[in-house]
Order: sequence, then structure tokens, then C-alpha cells
Amino acid sequence: MRRLLPVLPALWLAAFVLLPVILTLKISLSTPATAQPPYLPVLDWSAGIEGWGSFLEALDFTNFETLAGDALYRDAALSSLTLAAIATAILALIGTPIALAMARAPERWQPLLVALLIVPFWTSFLIRIYAWIAILKPEGLLSAGLIRLGLISQPLEILNTQGAVLIGLTYAYLPFMVLPLYAVLAKLDPRLPEAAADLGAGPVRVFWSVTLPLARPGLSAGALLCFVPMVGEFIIPDLLGGSDTLMLGRVLWSEFFSNRDWPLASAVAILVLVLVVGPLVLFREDEAAAREAGR
Amino acid sequence: MASTHGPDPAGLLTCAGLGKRFGAHAALADLDLTLQAGEFVCLLGPSGCGKSTLLRLIAGFETPSAGTIRLGGADITADPPHRRPVNMMFQSYALFPHMSVAANIAYGLSGLRRAARQARVDELLRLVRLDGFGPRPPDTLSGGQRQRVALARALARSPRVLLLDEPLGALDRALREETQGELRALQRRLGTGFIVVTHDPAEALALADRIGVMDRGRLVQIGDGASLYERPANRFVAGLLGDVNLIPGRVSARDPAGLARLDTALGPLRAGGAAEGEGIIALRPERIALARVPSEDGPDLAGQVVETTFLGDRIRIQVRLADGTVWRVSAPTDADAPAVGETVHLSYPPERAWLMPAEA
Repeated sequence: MRRLLPVLPALWLAAFVLLPVILTLKISLSTPATAQPPYLPVLDWSAGIEGWGSFLEALDFTNFETLAGDALYRDAALSSLTLAAIATAILALIGTPIALAMARAPERWQPLLVALLIVPFWTSFLIRIYAWIAILKPEGLLSAGLIRLGLISQPLEILNTQGAVLIGLTYAYLPFMVLPLYAVLAKLDPRLPEAAADLGAGPVRVFWSVTLPLARPGLSAGALLCFVPMVGEFIIPDLLGGSDTLMLGRVLWSEFFSNRDWPLASAVAILVLVLVVGPLVLFREDEAAAREAGR
Repeated sequence: MASTHGPDPAGLLTCAGLGKRFGAHAALADLDLTLQAGEFVCLLGPSGCGKSTLLRLIAGFETPSAGTIRLGGADITADPPHRRPVNMMFQSYALFPHMSVAANIAYGLSGLRRAARQARVDELLRLVRLDGFGPRPPDTLSGGQRQRVALARALARSPRVLLLDEPLGALDRALREETQGELRALQRRLGTGFIVVTHDPAEALALADRIGVMDRGRLVQIGDGASLYERPANRFVAGLLGDVNLIPGRVSARDPAGLARLDTALGPLRAGGAAEGEGIIALRPERIALARVPSEDGPDLAGQVVETTFLGDRIRIQVRLADGTVWRVSAPTDADAPAVGETVHLSYPPERAWLMPAEA
């Protein structure tokens, strides 16, 4: 039984991660066609080695060439990465003080604070993003409130902009930034910042020289948990971004369901995968460096 | 609150009427403490007695609920930790794990220029005999080495008072005794006021000029080791500093030499000390003489040996007296020790027995 345990996650990953990726990769290398499966070439199992040979020969990078040649896809990729990066930075800026405040709160309050952070997950993600439409639309709560306060005279044109997408991303992903940061900060020995203050460091220096460096594993885990899914995010740009926000998730969706070009759509999916592998590798190196330093 | 040494009111560090409450719990109540320049004071007491809270109040990590803290005449009660010319060596050291030994020591020296800082770090590394350890990360060091890094880091800013929270608690026994001597020598050389918190009476006796005994948030007694040992303020202090026989009684008279005469279950006994009414005599086991014949002066305290224990440097003999109480007697090993069951006669010099009030 004990020997079987590590096999279980491996089987799971093979069935639900590796196999779909292989299938998607195959489709992405197939001949472009707005059609139902199967996509050419088709592997002829009965032809043995020769069948494999002709199958592999018929696969090509036509779809990826299309992606590279069309500015639409390049712009969508660039815009996805940029928006995800900006949102990650905003999340780090907002999430760090929140996590710090949670970790420093009286111990009996902390479970409640964690629960409050998780409570929104009990409501549908879709509904929560829809709610932002009601807040951000020109006649919505935000504009009405600001006009009432006399801060603006005209309703804000914020819905259907990248700004709205950033607001939505920040709102939706905040718990994924705060929780890993909180987990690290709550375990931080409180005597370390005290020792720094004792040695003459004011609160700002204590934060930059002791608290933040020691919270780095939590920060990079949170950044990864937010950045990776945000690159491929579909619902938030679709509902809040309007037509001017081009993100890979939406391109992917329209290739699959509007154009029905599965081979090209699969190529976009593979592109998203490659784009998020980069940060993963960086994260692993950061982890390794942190382990090395903390040895 | 008995103070056997009248401290100079204009000391280096003065805590007056200091109190700290956490909710309904009084961690510290009405505490007065004065540290003289260059003095080494140990705060001794069981865990939860408030000694660490007192240290944290002096360092500035906690705000007192009552009272003031003055350093060199200036009121520092409201100053944040980073503005106090006081440094702390933390229990289990609290070294920054992401910095080298040198960076840890240099952390408090950010006001210095690079060359001066480097020179000071080298000087401190030499002081704690860790030359060459500067570039190492702290967790590659042994416990004793980390302890010395923590000491060097806390001394880097030349604090007027150094606070040490169980500085030797994490070391094994042999290393602890060696380090006690080093710490004492270092303190004498630097002339910095030291306040050490410890739960180990032997450590307090070995280190301190004065020992402050704390119990349940109060400073029960402060004085040098000998006066606390010989003239404890109450049975808590008496028991903390070593083995003691406690004999309850009532003061009935005083003789011309000032010794009190008490009526006890063993008959009239004499002891030094000013308490009146109900009292307890504290009698150290090594003050009791043991003989096979009754002593010629003083009361006849006859009893039966119930147990003898060889302890290497002495023998502990337990004697059951007429009233059923068992006294512990400490005798040198070269003495002709009585056997279990033998009848012996005990006596003690009354000026070496100490009368304490019966309360608490």
C-alpha cells in the first residue's frame, strides 16, 4: 500500500494532465480545418511502424506559423502577459499588507480572517464577476457614488476597458496571493522583526530587510498561483474587458467555438502552456536559491 | 518587598512602579528596579513569573500599563525599541537566517561608513572568538557559536544596558558553565550594565552582582547571592536558592543579641531575623551539626536517621524528629556518617537560622 501511494498521483497526472496535453499537441500539429474531429493526419494503427512514419511526417507547424504570422495572436499573447504581470504586481502590493495584518492579528482572530478571505469562493465565480458589471457600468454603483460625492461629474467609462479587467483580476485572485503569503508570515518568528527593531531599524527598514526577504517563498508562490491562470483567463476579460481587450483566453475560445478551427485553437492552447512554463521554471529556481541560502 | 541593599536612586536604569496587564492577567505589578552603571543583575524566577515581560518592557517591545522606565535620567517609557540605547540578546538568539554572520552583526551599525562598520564587525568577531566566521550563514554554526554571534550582534551598538533573555538556556551543561565565566569576564571588561533573565538559580548565583527574585509578577527580593541565600524574604526565595528546612513557629521573645525565640512543635528554637508573630525558620542543611550525644547548649533535637544519600562532595542525611518532621542535613563525606535507624542529636548556630514571616 505504501509503495502504491506515490503511484496514485502519477496515474492521476498521466490521465488528466499528460494525456490531454498530448492530444492537444497532436491536434495543434494537424492540418488546419474548420471541421469536426478527426483531424488529419490520422494514425493508422494497423500499418505498424510505417503507419507511425507517415503519421509523424504529415504533422507540421502550419498552425504555429499562422500564430506567428498574424499580429492578432502576437498582440493577444503580449496583452495577456502584460495584464497578468500588472495584476500580479498590484496583487503583491495589496496582498502583502493584508497578509501581514492577518499574521499580526490576535491569534484567536486569525481563523476568522482566513475564513472571510475564503467565503467568496462559496459563490459562483461567474456571478461575482457579473456583479462587477453592475458596479463598473456607467450608471453603476461606482460612478453613481463618485458623482454623489462630487468627485466626478460624468459617469466613468471604465467597463469594457483594460482597467476593468485589472480590477476584476485583482478582485478574483486576491485570496491566491494572500493565503500563501499569510502561511509564511504566520510562521515567521516574531522575534526576528523585534531583533531588527532592537538594533535600531525603524518599521520601514524592518519590513524591507527582514520581513519581506523572509516572506519571499510565500510571495513567489502567490505570484505564481495568480500569474499562471491569469494569462489564460477567459471569463474576466470576456465579461469586463469588452471588445478592446484581447487576451489569449478569449482568442482560444473564439477559435474553438466561433471559428471551429480546433487545430489552430489547440496551437493557441499550447502557446499558453509554453508562456506559463517560463514563470514556473523561474519559480523553481527561486525556490532552489532560497533553499540554498537557507541551508 | 525586602531590599537588603539600598540601591542608589540615581542609577543607570530605573523602573518605577512598573506594571503590565494582558487583559485581566497582571503579568507584572508595581515593580521597582534600579540598575547601577556596570552592574550585572539576574532576574530569577519560574516561567510565567514576569521576568521576560520586564525585559520586553525595558527593550520597548511592550508598553507598560503603569509606571516609568528611565535610562540615565531620561524617561524612555514611550520610546519605540529602535530609539532606545538598550539592546537585547534573545532567547534562542533570533539571528537573521537570510544574512551571514557578519551581516547579522553589522545590522545595527547602519549609521557607520562601510570601512568603520567592517572594522567594528571584525573587532566584535574577535571579541567573541569567531574570527573568520563572518561570511558563514548562521545555521552552519554550532549552538555555542550562534550564541556568541547573538552576543556580538547585541553588543555592536555599544548599548548602555544589555538585556539577555536566558542567554545560556540553549547550551549543554559543560558549555554553559564555561560560557558563564566568559560572559562575566566580558561584562566586567566592557562595563556595560547587564540584565540577565534566567530560571536557573545556579546560573544566577554564578553570574550576578545582584539577583532579583520574581514570583507571580512581583519582585520578591533583590540582593546579592549571599544575602538572598542567608536571609531570604520568604519561603519561595528560600526554596529557590537551595535546599532548606522550614520550621513554623511563633515569636515569643527576643534575646539581648536580637535573636528571636520561637515556640515550635520541637520546643523553643532561636533564629535571626526581624519578623514578628507567626514565622518560619529557614535552616540550610549544611548549617546543621550532627552528633551522637546531645549538645551541651541549646535545645536537644534528637531524631532517627531514616535515609542517607551519598552525593559525591557531601552526604545528605534525613533525620526524623520528635514531632514527625524530617530534616535534611548535609554533612561532609569525611565525617563518620551515621547508619539508618541510628539516633542522632542535631544542633545549629541560631544566628545562622533565618526567621521569615509566615505569609505566602
